[in-house]
Amino acid sequence: MAMTLITTNTSSDAATSDFTTGIDSTYKLYIFKFIDINPATNDKNFTFQVNATDDPGGDYDVSAITSTVFESEHYEDDSIARVRYEPNDDQAQGTAFQILAEGMGNGGDESLAGEMYLFNPSNTTYVKHFYATTNAYRHPDSSRQTFAAGYINDTTAIDDIRFQMSSGNFDGTIKMYGVG
Amino acid sequence: MGIPTLISTSTASDSSSIDITSGIDSTYDEYMFVFTDVNPVTDGAHFSFQVNADGQTGFNETVTSTYFKVYHVEDDTDANAGYDAGNDQAQGTAYQYLAASMGNGSDESGAGVLHLFNPSSTTYVKHFFSTAQYCHLSNYSINAFAAGYINTTSAIDEISFKMSSGNFDGVIQMYGIS
Repeated sequence: MAMTLITTNTSSDAATSDFTTGIDSTYKLYIFKFIDINPATNDKNFTFQVNATDDPGGDYDVSAITSTVFESEHYEDDSIARVRYEPNDDQAQGTAFQILAEGMGNGGDESLAGEMYLFNPSNTTYVKHFYATTNAYRHPDSSRQTFAAGYINDTTAIDDIRFQMSSGNFDGTIKMYGVG
Repeated sequence: MGIPTLISTSTASDSSSIDITSGIDSTYDEYMFVFTDVNPVTDGAHFSFQVNADGQTGFNETVTSTYFKVYHVEDDTDANAGYDAGNDQAQGTAYQYLAASMGNGSDESGAGVLHLFNPSSTTYVKHFFSTAQYCHLSNYSINAFAAGYINTTSAIDEISFKMSSGNFDGVIQMYGIS
């Protein structure tokens, strides 16, 4: 066993990128790779949420998340360079889509790349941990590296995951790997 | 990340430690330890690791390390990031914390990945870094980053994971990265 590519979702002006098969007890670790993510609408956030097995076909709106987000950012005009905690992007038992990158640019050459680790989503004893690192070309012409992490506060198995913008469609490729 | 090859899977069930004493050699120049469903028996225990150099005894090599964390409590009253001087080491020989003050609730756990680079080198120190995500004993979500080097030029061929006190459950998978 090693690192196995399970699914590749290619989005072209799509509202969501859903993975509704392939997340099960086969692997202890799932890795999602984000490549060339470009929103249709400027200044929107790249996000994710999940469905548990007790909410099959659900609307990705009931799983409580407690999370942290911090970022490192530098503007092209050199006016801002900083590292900071981002309290507007975290959640405290919230059920919203978790922000992985905030304020993305939608220019023709602007995009995001990154990866997210989701640990043992099929476990039925513990909460489900995740962490993600992205780097985005943001709308004010800056490079921002974002570190989002947390847990889905549910002991029910997770078998669906959705990625989407906070509004509007997007282009991009998301690959899901199983490790183990 | 290169292509990982699973070398071993170790499962702790109310165990005092997971010691991996084979499979760490010159085959790979990076080893990755994926830990999942780590749950301490003792509330507030620290999940940690140490190594043993080839031909030596005991998990007690010299470590200089850094540790910072990002935290957010479930009731939203506290959230920030910061260096944690209580969890680093300066030429210390203690077990290095990867996840400090873990919660032991029935649904609380920790997960993460530790990377250990070229442990068989006999020229350089051995670098590591870890990202852990876990439930703190006070209902925080903690994202912890531990990194450093094992300050020895002897080859490392054994690694041990344990809690600072008490037993634990969990699974640790060791991969070689090629």
